[in-house]
Amino acid sequence: MVEPEPTPAKPGISRRGLLGLAGAGVLGAGAGLAGGIAVDRFALPPSAAASPGAGTVYPFFGEHQAGIVTPAQDRLHFASFDVADITRAELVGLLQDWSAAAALMTAGTPVGTYGAVNGPYTAPPDDTGEALDLPAAGLTITFGFGPTLFTSADGTDRFGLAAQRPSALVELPHFPGDMLTESLTGGDLCIQACSDDPQVAVHAIRNLSRIAFGRASLRWSQLGFGRTSSTTTAQVTPRNLFGFKDGTANIKAEQSDVVADQVWASRDDGASWMHGGSYLVARKIRMTIETWDRTSLKDQEAIVGRTKGEGAPYSGGTEFSEPDFEAKGQGGAPLIAADSHVRLAHPTMNSGAQLLRRGYNFVDGNDELGRLNAGLFFISYQRDPAKQFVPIQMNLAKNDAMNEYLRHVGSGLWAVPPGASSGGWVGETLLG
Amino acid sequence: MKTTPLLAAAGAAVTLLALSGCVPNSSAATDAAGTITVDSSSDDCRVSTTTASSGTLTFSVTNSGDQVTEFYLLADDGLRIVGEVENVGPGISRDLVVQAQPGDYFTVCKPGMVGEGIGRAAFTVSGDKVQLAGDQQEQVDQAATNYVAYIKDQVGQLVTGTDTFLEAYLAGDDETARGLYATTRANYERIEPVAESFGDLDPMIDFREADVAEADEWTGWHRIEKDLFPPTAEENGGTAYVPLTSDERSYYADKLKADTQSLYEAVNADDYTVSIDAISNGAIGLLEEVASGKITGEEEIWSHTDLWDFQANLEGARVAYEGVRDIVEAKDPELVTTIDERFASLEKTLAEYGSLDTGFVYYDELTTDQVKQLADGVSALSEPLSRLTATLVG
Repeated sequence: MVEPEPTPAKPGISRRGLLGLAGAGVLGAGAGLAGGIAVDRFALPPSAAASPGAGTVYPFFGEHQAGIVTPAQDRLHFASFDVADITRAELVGLLQDWSAAAALMTAGTPVGTYGAVNGPYTAPPDDTGEALDLPAAGLTITFGFGPTLFTSADGTDRFGLAAQRPSALVELPHFPGDMLTESLTGGDLCIQACSDDPQVAVHAIRNLSRIAFGRASLRWSQLGFGRTSSTTTAQVTPRNLFGFKDGTANIKAEQSDVVADQVWASRDDGASWMHGGSYLVARKIRMTIETWDRTSLKDQEAIVGRTKGEGAPYSGGTEFSEPDFEAKGQGGAPLIAADSHVRLAHPTMNSGAQLLRRGYNFVDGNDELGRLNAGLFFISYQRDPAKQFVPIQMNLAKNDAMNEYLRHVGSGLWAVPPGASSGGWVGETLLG
Repeated sequence: MKTTPLLAAAGAAVTLLALSGCVPNSSAATDAAGTITVDSSSDDCRVSTTTASSGTLTFSVTNSGDQVTEFYLLADDGLRIVGEVENVGPGISRDLVVQAQPGDYFTVCKPGMVGEGIGRAAFTVSGDKVQLAGDQQEQVDQAATNYVAYIKDQVGQLVTGTDTFLEAYLAGDDETARGLYATTRANYERIEPVAESFGDLDPMIDFREADVAEADEWTGWHRIEKDLFPPTAEENGGTAYVPLTSDERSYYADKLKADTQSLYEAVNADDYTVSIDAISNGAIGLLEEVASGKITGEEEIWSHTDLWDFQANLEGARVAYEGVRDIVEAKDPELVTTIDERFASLEKTLAEYGSLDTGFVYYDELTTDQVKQLADGVSALSEPLSRLTATLVG
């Protein structure tokens, strides 16, 4: 086998270099992806340019926050925060500082006035430095507000926000089989950092939590490798740790009617400050992969309702064929079983409700019994969790044959406000 | 550094293209892995070859028609089924793996799953006889008869044991009831996959609190467990546990008694029988019960009697395994040797913690190292055991 000699690469786009480009408008909104490719095309064979390059930059400012319909990046660092005993003005200050830092980092620039290696010699650097020399790698930073920001567990209205809590920001009910750990649940604020480079995603959370010290502290966080959903039709459907394609029927950015109907909150929904925002559900789902791996191929496929190789629905066709839930097999039994995952999760079984899924595989070492602590860090975006995630998950939790191999251990729901306009900050519509 | 991953990916893509360019499309009847392809279309059943050598044959069946199809390998009488795949949806491929002896066979597809099938063709297997057990039907029938008798015996004991347990519980003799709780459940745990096969019964008899949806009713053994082994407020999510009133005790006792009686009637129905793969899957399923519920202490969260359940699951798995052991041994003696050894090893490890007669160590008294040792034993047995059904019916 002959390994082709790599074409000598032009030095990649530095984080500072990208800022210059972004500032010059070359990588403006909507052109981010194309811009990244154009830059990389000099260095890479044409075939490689078909996928987003490491230099991809997604603008931080815009009508919606990035990181929702943005093509799902490969890596995740998710963090949930508790807000300290601070004033409303201090909370506003935190959100302003976060937005300013996020705008810099998503452009591939270090945070602070001086960055990582400049500034007063006797002071610690503004930026922690591990993302120096790395491109933005498609970094998006998405902020959310949890129910407890509006009303504390003890009913206190700390920031005068209780009246503006959207009705869609519900308390998630107990779902059958839930084994939630308090320390992996809830949070006043959340940040989803996604990138194609894990170090860039970690750098973002690290610097944002540093900025927050004294105002908010990390409650829990999660690293994710390997996206388990596609959010655009251009992406290949990835696989989860059960080895099956996941997210075949996900909402895709190109389905603008569906996105408008199912993902973006509207001022008509009750909370006008959420217009253009969405609601984020996160579930840390442990998979008992050791027992799954001892399950026959026949049972695995029957549980999912799709073939493992192609990902075709059991009723026939190829991956993107619509499942035919009426199709009968031997003995008149449905080809796609009544308790199969694909049937129970399908919009037709859930009054048309859909989710935009954006989950990631995780492996957090192993547990004390020598089993991989592995699973799916499920993230979904929807316009109204009470009408979308809750009924769908209730249906799954009660009936899904897959539950035998799943343990929901972490959970949270956050209102994700609309994007900030240039120079503004996320949360301005609520607190500004 | 930063462009390396992309370059590597680009290199890999080129390499792949080069590879697929170099390897000619096989026009042979079987590919390198010995796979025979079957194209089941709406009007034909095209098999890539009509001859093969004895041993393991893989038929890769692709449904190119527009109806759900089936593929059969039939014996020389054209009736007896040697191997089959069913429920192959349009566009879907599925493999049939069979151990074929030298002889004459027929291949046939059945789009629409009814009628005689189409494209029936002769298929010849030549070569040496493969070492296989002879006619196993008698052994299979005997295994099913024995296992059904075992199920009936266990459920019969469960009915009387549950009565005795509930009498003590209703009389307010909680100490006696606590003593009977785990040993009575053993009759259920030995045949749990059977109860699960009846759909609604297992949830009503054996659901844990966490399994129940908000607003749904929680009944059965674990409801009573919580009442007999009441949690502290801290263990109960921060709220004090309220003991059941005597009326409530009567309600849950009557419900458990009635549901157990339903199970008894179901397994004693005239037409009740079990298939051979249900027996071997029962053995596999019982070990998975241990792996997912008992070894983690999730099953008996209030009484901590998980090791009693573990022992009963293991005994039930042993009985199911022994029922099919000889049939499997003829096909794969090495697998049977491994399973025998690992069963014995796990039984020995568990016996260090007690027995059903004398009682076990409570789960919350086990050290992490002890739990890990037990878990390792479960994994060691479960892995080869998971191949039991495929070997049995293959």
